[in-house]
Amino acid sequence: MDMDLTPQQKDARAAYHAFVDQHIVPHADRFDLEERIPTELISAMAKEGYLGAVVPEAFGGSPIDMISYGLLAEELGRGSSSVNALLTVHSMCSFAIARWGTTEQKERWLSRMAQGQMIGAFALTEVHAGSDAKSVETEAVPTADGYVLNGRKRWITFGQIANLFLVFGKCEGQLMIFFVERSNPGVSVVPISGMLGSRASMLGEVRLENCHIAKEDVIARAGFGFASVLASVLDIGRYTVACNCVGIGQACLDASLAYTSTRKQFGVLLKEHQLIQQMIANMLTNLNAARLLTQRAGYLKEINDPRMIMETMIAKYFASTMANKAANDAVQIHGANGVSSDYPVQRFLRDARIQEIIEGSSQIQQMTIAKYSYQQ
Amino acid sequence: METKAKIRQFFERSLQRTDLPDDENIFAAGLVNSLFAMQLVLFVESEFGFSTDNDDLVIDNFSSINAIASLVDRKLGVTA
Ligand SMILES: Cc1cc2nc3c(=O)[nH]c(=O)nc-3n(C[C@H](O)[C@H](O)[C@H](O)COP(=O)(O)OP(=O)(O)OC[C@H]3O[C@@H](n4cnc5c(N)ncnc54)[C@H](O)[C@@H]3O)c2cc1C
Repeated sequence: MDMDLTPQQKDARAAYHAFVDQHIVPHADRFDLEERIPTELISAMAKEGYLGAVVPEAFGGSPIDMISYGLLAEELGRGSSSVNALLTVHSMCSFAIARWGTTEQKERWLSRMAQGQMIGAFALTEVHAGSDAKSVETEAVPTADGYVLNGRKRWITFGQIANLFLVFGKCEGQLMIFFVERSNPGVSVVPISGMLGSRASMLGEVRLENCHIAKEDVIARAGFGFASVLASVLDIGRYTVACNCVGIGQACLDASLAYTSTRKQFGVLLKEHQLIQQMIANMLTNLNAARLLTQRAGYLKEINDPRMIMETMIAKYFASTMANKAANDAVQIHGANGVSSDYPVQRFLRDARIQEIIEGSSQIQQMTIAKYSYQQ
Repeated sequence: METKAKIRQFFERSLQRTDLPDDENIFAAGLVNSLFAMQLVLFVESEFGFSTDNDDLVIDNFSSINAIASLVDRKLGVTA
């Protein structure tokens, strides 16, 4: 593995960085407060090709290599985890179509998704089914020409504005994944607000009531197909979240370096105090380690190496715990300012907290990583 | 290395089974989970140089060393 980014990847990172500094950093606290991101930002992201990052050119996408994709997620995460959450779920949905969809499904949805005219979302979790995905209660009953779905999906990121949902349900006891369009009369969405973090990611509860879909609107059939599609879609989501966490870590470090270089206590700048230096040193060290893990995961994806699945999980587990430590220390370093709305570090801490719960909680990842340890 | 030997080596490493008969159904033996299913798909794609599509994702194509070897032959257009 070449440890250095290619010149193209460095240029891409510089462009993402500039976009985030212009369009996201100055407004991210407002997005958080208003619990929404503006449509103009979504259009700007689409214009840059970010919403078509995993869509092939033949279907109107602007595909980038997986390391560049990780850099994009990291930069978006540095600005706002909520904005990165759009990339996460939209890419999961478009990746599912691009990788596993039929030609008809690709033609029907991909180019509109790449242009931001349609937003994709991922609808697995329910009131009684979180970590244990197999216990979903959404039911799909086969009909002559398709299925009728009934169920409720909870905590669906960008559920408020998404037009296409990847929906998990059981058909005759077997798990399957379906596409459901928002325009379907059997779909309604109830907004969810007041979350601790990721507050601008416009969560919704998606209700499916006698929702008729065509028999073609299936992406994963029971058994092996379901398992493979689920694992590959969760994998891209997990990678996006891991990189988001590296972005949170970077934002915490940037904020802490700036603050400790201007704030004085006991006659010297905060950065002169050794206990402050310890927090800065740990922040940078853990950030570098997390970034290396995510870039390795990106590299393994680029070469389609089967280890990518577990290495992405390791990266996500480490990066999400790193982001929490970094954000906790960043708040500590800022003192009272750190817990006031005048500084963004309190948002970083609230957003970091979410990352250890979504895309497989830390406990679920630990259990899976432990099993993997014995396969090495 | 021949196709079946490569597949056996993958199973030995990931399932810690050295004595897996070519026709043993690894799914029936309860040896696999969903992450393993995807790892297996990726292994087959990267090792033998073709890509799978949704229609290939049926258990009959991946259930044993023999089954995977015949999927590989079919995909690569090898005739018996
Ligand atoms: C901001 C946000 C956005 C989200 N977006 C989406 C989305 O877009 N789509 C979607 O489908 N879902 C989404 N979710 C839901 C998320 O995926 C779930 O919250 C997550 O899978 C955990 O499920 P749960 O909350 O039901 O917790 P539970 O599964 O009930 O777990 C509760 C606690 O128990 C632990 N635990 C569970 N099982 C075990 C075990 N076997 N051993 C040890 N500990 C265990 C967990 O780690 C956790 O700490 C979102 C959640 C949040 C907070």
